[in-house]
Amino acid sequence: MIVDQYLHKPVKLLFVEHPYAEDWLGQICILDDVNCTLHELVSRQKESFDPLQNMNARLLLEQLDDYLSAMKDLLKQPREEVKTVALLPGRDKDGRLEKFDSLVFYPGEIVAIVGPTGSGKSRLLEDIECGADGNTPSKRRVLINDQQSYIRKKRRARQKIVAQLSQNMNFVVDLGVGDFLNMHARCWPSEGSGNKIARILELANSLSGEKFALEDNVAQLSGGQSRALMIADCALLSTAPIVLIDEIENAGINRRRALDLLTSEDKIVFLATHDPLLALLAQKRLVIKNGGIHRVVLRSKGEEETLKKLEFMDRQLLEMRARMRIGGALDDCKLSTGIIDSECAALKRNTAE
Amino acid sequence: MRLITFAGPPSSGKTSVISKMIQIYLDHHIRVGVIKFDCLQSNDDKFFAHMNIPVLLGLSGQQCPDHYFVSNIEDVFNWGQELGLDILLSESAGLCNRCAPHIRDIPAVCVIDQMSGIHTPKKIGPMLRFADIVVITKSDLVSQAEREVFEMNVSYVNPRADILHVNGLTGQGARELVGVLEASTDDATVSGNRLRCSMPTALCSYCMGETNIGASYQLGNLRKIKIRDKDMGG
Repeated sequence: MIVDQYLHKPVKLLFVEHPYAEDWLGQICILDDVNCTLHELVSRQKESFDPLQNMNARLLLEQLDDYLSAMKDLLKQPREEVKTVALLPGRDKDGRLEKFDSLVFYPGEIVAIVGPTGSGKSRLLEDIECGADGNTPSKRRVLINDQQSYIRKKRRARQKIVAQLSQNMNFVVDLGVGDFLNMHARCWPSEGSGNKIARILELANSLSGEKFALEDNVAQLSGGQSRALMIADCALLSTAPIVLIDEIENAGINRRRALDLLTSEDKIVFLATHDPLLALLAQKRLVIKNGGIHRVVLRSKGEEETLKKLEFMDRQLLEMRARMRIGGALDDCKLSTGIIDSECAALKRNTAE
Repeated sequence: MRLITFAGPPSSGKTSVISKMIQIYLDHHIRVGVIKFDCLQSNDDKFFAHMNIPVLLGLSGQQCPDHYFVSNIEDVFNWGQELGLDILLSESAGLCNRCAPHIRDIPAVCVIDQMSGIHTPKKIGPMLRFADIVVITKSDLVSQAEREVFEMNVSYVNPRADILHVNGLTGQGARELVGVLEASTDDATVSGNRLRCSMPTALCSYCMGETNIGASYQLGNLRKIKIRDKDMGG
């Protein structure tokens, strides 16, 4: 038993080596003297336990031991690895079988999910999230690493393999960016946060137009800044190798860079969207109709050209926005990307003077 | 009949989660009933009655809600059995953070709200610690990072519990919850069974309705704060 080695030592030693044990014990007995031994502590509690409950010192020690070993297992469990996500056909809203044998996705892949509102895009994301095995209304099956029911066996903290990003999400904690990221990093104490925190900040700042610092409060970031921070954090600190994105088109961030960041960390990204630029960033797109996957479209050579044009237009828009914000005029046609940075800097200098 | 106990802080979404589960049970022609325990007033019985299922409402009134729960659960269990229910969902509201309505070998669910704060799991106490399944609601509204930290904080309190996210508005996740409960083999009866966590030992003048403040009114099992010299700034 783990507790045996602490039985005749001061409880504060237990708390140093297993910090979570302090909260656990504190929920059972009042810890007003951390210099007493564990044995003394539990014996002293005796009178407050109902004898009919058999809640004596021995049972309490057994429970503490069970807790400590469960925590040990939890903390030594490695990060989950996903090599493949396979989707097996289900049925649309009229019960017709989807017309594909199986769709397999690999790390680093972006998959767009398109279709009219109400067609079933979110339903597909839900199927992936819960690891459907024929028991959802769509009757689809999701295999992870060729295994069925994989996600269903992973219900504890740090085991979840699906992360989410959506327009509805907000930061609700009252913390600075640095403290926030440190808090997240502590879910993986053995890895240490090291330079990850600085790297996340740098990446987040490269995604959003306006820079922020580690000292800024997460709740006060703008929409674009928070989305950028969520994406950078998701890429570098999150446990999950699969990322589901539901409509981030209006986030005001560099969308290509955001997706590149996620895929460079070997995430598999599923992206429900109405935005042609985002959809074209994916090599595959699933067209949803009437609740079923109606078509699978592979990005063509022609579409790659279209993507280049769209990205150029997108950069122009971003430039116009940057220029407008600092008081520039939008009537001239010098909007060819790249020039603007120096121009903006000059404009900023002028306005400052 | 299988009894399932639900507990959680006020407004965590217990009723919403349960109602989404009921919908799924009804779709599968499973006979389901609800017992709602509350303190003074509740309209949830009418809410459940609209779903055309058997509902009981128990209001603890002047009694401690925890003691009220445990002294009534046997009768309620028998009620459900007599009606021929397959599943009886027990929802306890208004319990203090010192107690839990969870019973040995009977599936126990704790519902907590992600929006209630990242450290909330550490403050809920036995309701969470003695649960088999922890349902997190409203997690669609916060960042992935906060979800992961919240899950981790749940695990620090109860490392063996399964963690599920359920959206009480859309019902997303409810099907999975029903599935997990279905797979559970815990379906003991309550007569002769035991609570997972003892109720507080307290019998003092305030338990009997005393409202006056002051040492001369205090009788019975009392516990006093130790105010030491160093607390006096000395």
